[in-house]
Amino acid sequence: MTVFVIRRLMQAFFVVFLMSVIVFFGVNIVGDPVYMFVSPDADQADIEAAIRRLGLDRPIWEQYFLFLKGAAQGNLGDSFVFGEPALKLILHHMPATLELAFSALFLSIVLGIPLGLFSGLYPDNPVSKGIMAGSILGFSLPTFWVGLMLILLFAVELGWLPSTGRGDTASIFGIQTSLATWDGIRHIFLPALNLSLLKISLAIRLTRAGVREAMGQDYVKYARAKGVSTSRIIFVHVMKNIMIPVVTVMGLEFGSLIGFSVVTETIFAWPGMGKLLIDAILQLDRPVVVAYLMIMVLFFVLINLVVDILYSILDPRVRLQDQGA
Amino acid sequence: MIKLTAAAAATVSALALFTGAAFAEKLTIGLASEPTSMDPHFHNLGPNNAMSVHLFDRLIAQDEKQRLSPGLAVSWKPIDDLTWEFKLREGVKFHDGSDFNADDVICTMERAPEVPNSPSGYGTYLKGKTFKKIDDYTVHAITEAPYPLMANDISTIPVISDSAGCGAATEDFNAGTAAVGTGPFKFSNYKPGESITLVRNEDYWGDAPVWSEVEFRPIKSGPSRVAALLAGDVDMIAGVPTTDIKTLESKDDIQLSQGVSNRVIYLHMDQFREDSPFVKNNDGGAIKNPLMDQRVRLAISKAINRDAIVERVMEGVALPAGQLLPEGFFGVSDKLQPVAYDPEGAKALLAEAGYGDGFQMTIHGPNDRYINDAKIAEAIGQMLTRIGIKTAVETMPRSVYFGRASRGSPDGLPEFSFILVGWGAGSGEASSPLKSLIHTYDKDKGFGSSNRGRHSNAEIDALIEEALSTVDDEKRQDLLAKSTEMAIEDVAIIPTHFQVNTWAAKKGLKYIPRTDEYTLATGVVKE
Repeated sequence: MTVFVIRRLMQAFFVVFLMSVIVFFGVNIVGDPVYMFVSPDADQADIEAAIRRLGLDRPIWEQYFLFLKGAAQGNLGDSFVFGEPALKLILHHMPATLELAFSALFLSIVLGIPLGLFSGLYPDNPVSKGIMAGSILGFSLPTFWVGLMLILLFAVELGWLPSTGRGDTASIFGIQTSLATWDGIRHIFLPALNLSLLKISLAIRLTRAGVREAMGQDYVKYARAKGVSTSRIIFVHVMKNIMIPVVTVMGLEFGSLIGFSVVTETIFAWPGMGKLLIDAILQLDRPVVVAYLMIMVLFFVLINLVVDILYSILDPRVRLQDQGA
Repeated sequence: MIKLTAAAAATVSALALFTGAAFAEKLTIGLASEPTSMDPHFHNLGPNNAMSVHLFDRLIAQDEKQRLSPGLAVSWKPIDDLTWEFKLREGVKFHDGSDFNADDVICTMERAPEVPNSPSGYGTYLKGKTFKKIDDYTVHAITEAPYPLMANDISTIPVISDSAGCGAATEDFNAGTAAVGTGPFKFSNYKPGESITLVRNEDYWGDAPVWSEVEFRPIKSGPSRVAALLAGDVDMIAGVPTTDIKTLESKDDIQLSQGVSNRVIYLHMDQFREDSPFVKNNDGGAIKNPLMDQRVRLAISKAINRDAIVERVMEGVALPAGQLLPEGFFGVSDKLQPVAYDPEGAKALLAEAGYGDGFQMTIHGPNDRYINDAKIAEAIGQMLTRIGIKTAVETMPRSVYFGRASRGSPDGLPEFSFILVGWGAGSGEASSPLKSLIHTYDKDKGFGSSNRGRHSNAEIDALIEEALSTVDDEKRQDLLAKSTEMAIEDVAIIPTHFQVNTWAAKKGLKYIPRTDEYTLATGVVKE
């Protein structure tokens, strides 16, 4: 296990380094940030001074080595827009995104798996057909549009929930989170639902397919013949087996929940790092974009690692040492 | 009995009036763009400046039409060619209770251009000026040459406190400890990306604000902002998308406020290269740049149906433009009208210039900077194609566009031949666009920094420079108007329209529209 973790960490280091090259050069050849920041009133001397202050007068490889040097000391550069360290900005916005992603993951599990289980066990039931039709909508409707519709329905027409923004926060284990207050939960519900729709559909389909396959397997038939109760067959034997693909996919999708919460955060004016990233891209705040992408690379690498470890717990046949050899 | 009821009713309404003024009333505003800092000297940017107006007074204030009025200075005047005298307001207190005096002004003027990590500061407005304290309530500003725009420049600088603010870093302002001004509101809370909360300054020297508390919420997405207003989560929003204006107008519980902005949308044409990269003859071969011919430029101007742009592309929310600023601003000409739509005249002019068969060109423009910018570029492309100039349209995000438009060619010159741009006159008078867009590009003097067509006319240059050193307001007004008239005659640029900004509020509230596009809590009035 330890050997495996160390080897995976080394791979991760290499991936992160490679990404830093791609990301840094990729981001730095697009556009010209100076004209995004200088006031239109600025004259030519002001513009040149701004170019020097932002370090953009240096050749790109020199900028990259300065970036690497800073990164080695934990400094991913200062935001052009805010003048503060990019890492600090991202960490500041991270709790809002994480709580949104966790809430969405929670919704997709507590809604997706039971619905999938039901439609897998009773595939011919009209309710199951309704669930499957709904899951197709979850896949195919654009997040942006669904988000606006949710706002129009629940905030504008019915007035049940707030339309945008993050509500009151309170501290749980020292972390400020919306999930600790009723106002916060009211604010997070719509964006979390919006973000989770696709994942709910995914969980439904995975669970349903797994259940339908498992129910015809010999071990289920044998358990039935032995007189094991239906609920035990479903919740112990079947569920344990079908959870492996579900955990894998949901784990990977959790990364994408964080990485691609951008659209939801923009529509719901949710002050997370997805919104920070979109703003940074639009304003060419390069250090923030680079730092964000580097952090996301780290995230995905870590999530993959956690998924692999969960695998071995769910299915003892999977031996970590055997992988990656 | 009837009398008694009437008396009771009068008491009740009197009470209502009384409570209306004295009780806590909170206002929530949805902003389209967010300030990047609470440090008023950190970034010279519209949203930052608008926010800092609440907390920090200027020596000279700009009203909703950008006219100057006394702020922390009660009077200002030139006492000789090189010295301006400011008399400061006495008895003004900062939010922390300390007194305002000349020391605060001196330290403000020193800090404003020198903020570390600032992406773009206030040095532009303070260049070439030295400040001297004469006594506690008198300050002199000394320049190297006669300088008429002193008051306009000074009206952009937020005054901070010597004791709380001058030694502080941007972080201290963001945390609130240094965000101590003399303004109508006090700092309460700042959560970047989420909200900014201010509370009323009960000891304000001017008219006390109606609102005891104001919360600003940045909601960048246009439809979400409209939804937040409809849902009642915010009381007012800025930047109503033109497509939503009709819907909102039809709602009884919503009220719109509209006002013309200081921003002109115009076309810049390559006038300095014989061989312009995006101009070709009908077969796609090279030709001598026709845009250098005044007749061709005038033909283009005549080919543009400004009313159609305003009515169809802007949904009626804009004004056709014939010069650099809308009427009412200092230095505009009363002789200029928008060039009339005349496609036949345009064709005749093209033929006269030797381009009867037309030519090909590309119009470049941003697609995320001005209201409906990409649609305007497309409309103009069609209008020009109709008179024989086959115009292709290429739009791009502003992050890519402005760099290329300013210095994108291999030799560091403007890359495009024909572009759509906008200009907002921050100083609120005509020298701002004249200096930056019309004057010959001159790096050493700092003129023409946004002259991306590189139009150049020595006569106009001389007039502009004379205006910029004429302290007499009346004479300067005439000089600015004269240079504008000459620039329009030259077709140095082609103005198409002035933007009109729209705010929407719930019933009972009204916003006094501002030409500088700022959204101020002090401008929200109850009806």
